[in-house]
Amino acid sequence: MSGLAHQVISGLASGSIYAAVALALVMIYQATHHVNFAQGEMATLSTYICLTLINAGVPYWGAFVITVIVSFIMGAVVERVLIRPVNNAPILTVVGVFIGLLLVINATDGWIFDYIIKPFPSPFGGGQPMLDGFISSHELGETGVTLLVLLLVYLFFRHTTLGLAMRAAAFNPTSARLCGVRVNRMLALGWGMAAAIGAVAGMMVAPIVFLDPNMMFGILIYAFAGALLGGIDSPLGAVIGGFLVGVLENVFGAYIVGTELKLTVALIIIVAVLLIKPAGLLGRPVQSRV
Amino acid sequence: MRDANLAPIGADETRGRLEPWRVAAIVVFLVIAIALMFLVSSYRLFQLSMTISYACAVLSLTVLIGINGQLSLGHGAFYAVGAYATAILMANYNWPYWATIPVAAVAAGIIGFLVGFPALRLAGLYLALVTLALAVAAPQILKVDALSGLTGGVQGLSTDKAEAPFGLPLNPDQWIYLFCLAIGCVVFLLGWNLTRGRIGRAMMAIRDQPLAAESMGINLAAVKTRTFAISAAFAGVAGALTTIVVQFVAPDSFNLFISIWFFVGLVVGGVASIPGALFGGAFIEFVPNIANDISKAAPGAIYGIILMAFMYVLPTGVAGGLHRLFRRLFARRHRTATAR
Repeated sequence: MSGLAHQVISGLASGSIYAAVALALVMIYQATHHVNFAQGEMATLSTYICLTLINAGVPYWGAFVITVIVSFIMGAVVERVLIRPVNNAPILTVVGVFIGLLLVINATDGWIFDYIIKPFPSPFGGGQPMLDGFISSHELGETGVTLLVLLLVYLFFRHTTLGLAMRAAAFNPTSARLCGVRVNRMLALGWGMAAAIGAVAGMMVAPIVFLDPNMMFGILIYAFAGALLGGIDSPLGAVIGGFLVGVLENVFGAYIVGTELKLTVALIIIVAVLLIKPAGLLGRPVQSRV
Repeated sequence: MRDANLAPIGADETRGRLEPWRVAAIVVFLVIAIALMFLVSSYRLFQLSMTISYACAVLSLTVLIGINGQLSLGHGAFYAVGAYATAILMANYNWPYWATIPVAAVAAGIIGFLVGFPALRLAGLYLALVTLALAVAAPQILKVDALSGLTGGVQGLSTDKAEAPFGLPLNPDQWIYLFCLAIGCVVFLLGWNLTRGRIGRAMMAIRDQPLAAESMGINLAAVKTRTFAISAAFAGVAGALTTIVVQFVAPDSFNLFISIWFFVGLVVGGVASIPGALFGGAFIEFVPNIANDISKAAPGAIYGIILMAFMYVLPTGVAGGLHRLFRRLFARRHRTATAR
């Protein structure tokens, strides 16, 4: 029984990462109805930036803050330069641009930082076990940081005028524009925030999975699964879905399919959700007028 | 419905009739292709054989994405099924290489049907997500211990090199190339025949106006799942050819990137163009070879940049661009002729 509890807790720890990436995906999906296939690669690039800063002698939390700011700018620039021109293009074009972006960032990472797998420092001390070995100090700290980020995002959207404007721009761009909300600026802001959240997830997961250019592929798939499970148009759902996927992945990996097939669990979750409840747990069913 | 304009409007090379210039182009192409067999080195022949295999894989996406409008980012998985079917039959059961091709096609087709079935309910983006997850999970599934007796696990499988039959005076590389060319011709002929007739029109109708197509009596579910299965079968044949050419399969050669490369090849060649699939295949084979001289990371960067550039500038791909260019040239000549 304590084995199961251990799996669940460690699943919640990795689930917090999936929840953060899923939230980033959902933020972009809500605003533009695009799924950002390059979300993981953008986070990996941010993590490399952080590592470079740390190696240059910047203290961890300094590097952390700089990385988040740089990632925010990077996300906003990507939206402005690459995504806006194809905003109303066919799906194939949009997916092509995202995949292109994924390839370019992935190759850039490999080109500049090499394909060698690198360790990444943790601000919470290495992996010494805590609470009777249930959770390592990094897992605990990492979950705390991610939860804090999620809370900040929630407060931002619920209790600030800017957050309200962003929600308005995502919900009904035309009406929002008529009310004086600068919709385009809100989109860039949303992308920036998504990139910043992704960067935090990348920096938090890198000490566990180690840093290499393909680090986020698997995590992105789990995040997709989480976002779909919770409902791709519901931020709260995405967070819950991310945690659920983390737990399911760990429990299934430990007891049913074995660790080597963990990614297949994500695939099965995605297919199962889409077949059984396509709107997800908290999403609204999509109805289209014929 | 956002689906309606999933594929950019462009060079639908499927309008059907076999005009004289097309026949001439095909004949010239085949003559050159066969002549090349005696003119170039073994290594170049290897590359050309791989080009044909990639072209078949790109064609599978042409049928699925370009003609039918179903978005897949995971055809590397079906390619892997085909490649492994051939390798397993050759290495474990001593089948001759040529007999494995139909099995590879059927195996990939069945898997494709199973994936295509849930795909019915998934439009556009969701299907892309599911297939992407499939592509990421594929190497893990191939590595599973339970199957390693069959698949060779992480080490993979190696097979024997095909020899020319009937005492033909060809070395193995020339024979493999000729074999790939023949199979490639069959696949392209099938693809072309499939898309130019009633079924092809049904596929395009579903891509352009699913609702109208359904109300005109097209069975959406049947056409979409079958298209998915056929497309997967084409990808399976491509995988089988690759095994025969390379004589080796390993799980990690079927990672996410191979699926993305097919997608890039599709876009570069032209999403709805059957000859474009050849450009796409050549692009996948030769561009990394050239780019690898610059850096290990260069192919990915170049693929990415070219993919985005095509999306912004030339959404109908090379074939569409050529088509437009020719039309413009001929139109101009026509105009001057009538002016006189």
